[in-house]
Amino acid sequence: MAHVLVIAEHDGAGLQAASLCTISASFQLAKAQGGEVHVLVAGGSARQAAEAAAKIDGVAKVLLAEGDSYAHGLAEPLAALVAEIGGGYGAILSPATSFGKNLSPRIAALLDVGQLSDIIGIVSADTFIRPIYAGNAVATVQSSDCVKMVTVRATAFEPAKADGGHAVIEAVSAAVPDARSRFIDQQLSKSLRPELTAARVVVAGGRGIGSAENFKTLIEALADKLGAAVGATRAAVDAGFTANELQIGQTGKIIAPELYIAAGVSGAIQHVAGIKDSKVIVAINKDEEALIFQVADYGLVADINQALPELCAELSK
Amino acid sequence: MKALVAVKRVVDYNATILVKADGSGIDTNNLKFSINPFDEVAVEEAVRLKEAGMVSEIVVVSIGPAQAQDTLRNALAMGGDRAILVTVDGDVEPLAVAKLLRAVVESEKPDLVILGKQAIDGDCNQTGQMLAALLGWPQGTFASALAFKDGELNVIREIDSGNETVSLQLPAVITADLRLNTPRYVSLPNIMKAKKKPLATTTPATLGVDVAARQRVLKVEPPAKRKAGIKVGSVAELVAKLKNEAKVI
Amino acid sequence: MGRSIHWPAGINRAYRLILCIGDRTGKLMERESMEFDVVIVGGGPSGLSAAIRLRQLAAASGRELSVCVVEKGAELGAHILSGAVMEPRALDELLPDWQAKGAPLTVACADDNFIFLTERRAVGLMAPPQMNNHGNYIVSLGNVVRWLGVQAEEAGVEVFPGFAAAEVLYDPSGAVRGVATGDMGIGKDGKPTENHTPGVELLAKQTIFAEGVRGSLTKSLISRLHLDKDCNPQTYGIGIKELWEVDPSQHRPGRIEHTVGWPLDRETYGGSFLYHLDNNQVAVGYVVGLDYKNPYLSPFEEFQRFKTHPAVRRIFESGRRLSYGARALAEGGFQSIPRLTFPGGLLVGDTAGFLNVPKIKGIHTAMKSGMVAAEAIFAALEKPASGALEVTAYPAMLKASWVWKELYLSRNIRPSFHWGLWGGILYSALDTYLFRGRAPWTLKVHSDHDQLRDARDSVPIAYPKPDNTLTFDRLSSVFLSGAVHEENQPCHLQLKDPSIALTVNLARYDSPEQRYCPAAVYEIVTEAGDNSSHLHISASNCLHCKSCDIKDPTQNINWVVPEGGGGPNYPNM
Repeated sequence: MAHVLVIAEHDGAGLQAASLCTISASFQLAKAQGGEVHVLVAGGSARQAAEAAAKIDGVAKVLLAEGDSYAHGLAEPLAALVAEIGGGYGAILSPATSFGKNLSPRIAALLDVGQLSDIIGIVSADTFIRPIYAGNAVATVQSSDCVKMVTVRATAFEPAKADGGHAVIEAVSAAVPDARSRFIDQQLSKSLRPELTAARVVVAGGRGIGSAENFKTLIEALADKLGAAVGATRAAVDAGFTANELQIGQTGKIIAPELYIAAGVSGAIQHVAGIKDSKVIVAINKDEEALIFQVADYGLVADINQALPELCAELSK
Repeated sequence: MKALVAVKRVVDYNATILVKADGSGIDTNNLKFSINPFDEVAVEEAVRLKEAGMVSEIVVVSIGPAQAQDTLRNALAMGGDRAILVTVDGDVEPLAVAKLLRAVVESEKPDLVILGKQAIDGDCNQTGQMLAALLGWPQGTFASALAFKDGELNVIREIDSGNETVSLQLPAVITADLRLNTPRYVSLPNIMKAKKKPLATTTPATLGVDVAARQRVLKVEPPAKRKAGIKVGSVAELVAKLKNEAKVI
Repeated sequence: MGRSIHWPAGINRAYRLILCIGDRTGKLMERESMEFDVVIVGGGPSGLSAAIRLRQLAAASGRELSVCVVEKGAELGAHILSGAVMEPRALDELLPDWQAKGAPLTVACADDNFIFLTERRAVGLMAPPQMNNHGNYIVSLGNVVRWLGVQAEEAGVEVFPGFAAAEVLYDPSGAVRGVATGDMGIGKDGKPTENHTPGVELLAKQTIFAEGVRGSLTKSLISRLHLDKDCNPQTYGIGIKELWEVDPSQHRPGRIEHTVGWPLDRETYGGSFLYHLDNNQVAVGYVVGLDYKNPYLSPFEEFQRFKTHPAVRRIFESGRRLSYGARALAEGGFQSIPRLTFPGGLLVGDTAGFLNVPKIKGIHTAMKSGMVAAEAIFAALEKPASGALEVTAYPAMLKASWVWKELYLSRNIRPSFHWGLWGGILYSALDTYLFRGRAPWTLKVHSDHDQLRDARDSVPIAYPKPDNTLTFDRLSSVFLSGAVHEENQPCHLQLKDPSIALTVNLARYDSPEQRYCPAAVYEIVTEAGDNSSHLHISASNCLHCKSCDIKDPTQNINWVVPEGGGGPNYPNM
């Protein structure tokens, strides 16, 4: 029997969504390993976030580490902390976010164990499923390390329910190594729209959008309504509807948002290669035989000139 | 200042990936291999630092089969000064790679190690962080800009919500994101020049590193094909489904 | 992202820096030059055979001789596409110990089958003697070329993949003095990007053009130097190929099938090939003569439809498609061989058109032509030369070799198919069995681009929709070719007069480029607003097959090399 530790990413007040998904993955693993789920919440002042973690049904214990050196999520002090308190766990899970990806391998090396990155499934206590070759293949990997060090792809697991639990909160601390790295500042995305590869929602237009003007009035308007990033197919970029850096697909960006809305997109494999890991795909196209419908969870056969404004209006209700 | 750059030989990012029918792995027979694109960015950054007078020597290191010499020669043609190949056949896990690199770092004593943030075959995104941990050095991962300031290295890092700047004391480990720079084209004359540059080879045994696998790949499969979902009749129905069924808005 | 390079072993050469005026930007640009004894354009079977032979001769005589090969593909073999059944005759002569050296000729041809197809039936025909493949091998030519590349590097040849020769360099007397590789990092707008790297001048005593069928530099040489004034026009075919992994129960290593008949109409020259390799792999493809007449004909879709024939589909039904590609073939043969030499250089391999059509083989003749050229060049370079050298001994030696005899004897077969399938088969039987290739006449070969009928006089062909298991659309096929080009570069498919795309191609022929291009490069796009049309060119899909350069009715499409390293990335093709 071994317990599972989740390293939570939080904003001081509550846990990030990706942390909830990681906790839900940890429940599966704890069941397989026959242990409890503990959550580490570390920060400058993180009690509120720890209390939120304690309310998650199924979490047995919350470890709270407070201190200035943990204030900005720097990997160096955090890894030292986890390496000190984490050695006895059967598994240590982090969300596969920029926070977790930065931190987790540093802990693994300090514990002298390997890591399994970006897992999308748990087969057993020591065996995991993870994508390789940019999602073009999926590997089932068994780890022989005593501590399974894992980062979890959030979209592959449902978020854990944020209430119903009463975990104990226990303060932990560790010697802080000499600070050789310093946080200077953070620049949150300047544009109102999130970055394409990191966005939770993406709205993309294809050649069916018809013109650069339509791209602005239809695609960008819907994206702003949803707080989404904007993307485009190569055909739309080629036709001059929008900028090159918005291109999604084989020769563009690979994205895996929670919601992907394709408007006027034909669904050529070159484009689908860039979106196939999206959680939910919506396709709106007037051609009911368009290939995009073969990969869409929800398809709407409609003229985008009417459907997109209607969609904006419906979302405002 | 001396910079060490680690590069990996990987299946070219344009190659079509085919999973072997027996599920034992990827069929890499006769596929084109290239320098890992993120590592190419790492080499370019080191060369730019050298051109800017910040770096005096660039040592490029690879861990892999004998053919990884091609990858190293490519890095030398971009502007590396000399190369070291740690010859290993078969896959080496990131932790073992980090240990091999630590051994090289201990003998080369660079002030800066730059790596790609991940290799595009295994997609692990671990080696740089592990190396920093083993050396006890600070790390600047997913870097999109570097700047030296008052003897420290300011690194702009790409994080999910935007950018973050951290300041690192040297020596440090940097992992490169694609936006750090656009690598140059190698020219024919530089390929010729690079041929004369020294390339040393060594082995894990010589470096005293155990590279035994800790993980076992049980099977490799093609990703599950997406299936067509349902057609909705109206925008209102679509929004209702997204809200209540898919719960994504 | 910059291109990575494959590292050649071998000797070093001095280089020097020269200045020249940038041709595209008008600003001063540095272009370095490097000198070699021989520069070879194209790393295919003929170019590499020439390179290896040159270094062999140099080694045997203890002479220093520098040989450089430039290849536009990202690696050797990346752009190589062939059936292929290979006759090892030339390889036996070039590298007699090829077996010991691990050449990838491992699947010996077992049984030959020549089949006539109707829509539902398959009738076995007697295979013509040229198709007897005893002693031949079923190969991936791409892999053979990769292996030849290793042999070349071991022999001390400088091999530079990822660099496209873009320009022939002439001296003031008009003699070829080398080639220049294309600039890297020129944007769509023709202006240098921040990563602009000028091309390099590769200067040589002899430049060998080994570009393969319809080489773009060869085309400019032929036109400038009138190399074709004493020969028939070249005629071509488009070959489209897929590589499949089939169910082991369907796999017969060494088996060869060729078909004629369905689904092609009787007036169009063409047929299929199907070769069983090892590892449960089957290469299947279709060749259509580019002299076809119906503008509605689509070689790609004929091939897709072919796979649905009851005798064919069972092989592939439970398999999976691994790769896809296309390449033009030179079918003119003997009558269409242009003048092969000119001051400063010469032509070898398929860019000169050494394919033996009835044999459906050209690898051995291409290799042999490269070897003969190498021998002629080596001898010529021994003598001190004043001025540019034209190696006229090469065609003379080639005429004395088995290549010439082979091509002469088979010269009338392909042109006889101008009389349709049955006319061609009947004539070919007579020519082969009665005249044994020595008929006292030689049939004329015609060009392809002027063969199309007007659309209004032609019957549209209704092709079935792809089922995505056995048959596919173009874009998903191109995906498997690994084709990729830097997107920010000038279009390498140039229209001499853009308006002709609509006034002639669309108006008279219903834009046949939409159908003969196997890579969905060309598309007539109609604007929703004003119903106006334009030709959209998706150059980054291009497989470098050259069909557009060949078949365009007014020769308005000019194929030039894109940035080095662009194009397909065929594995095992």
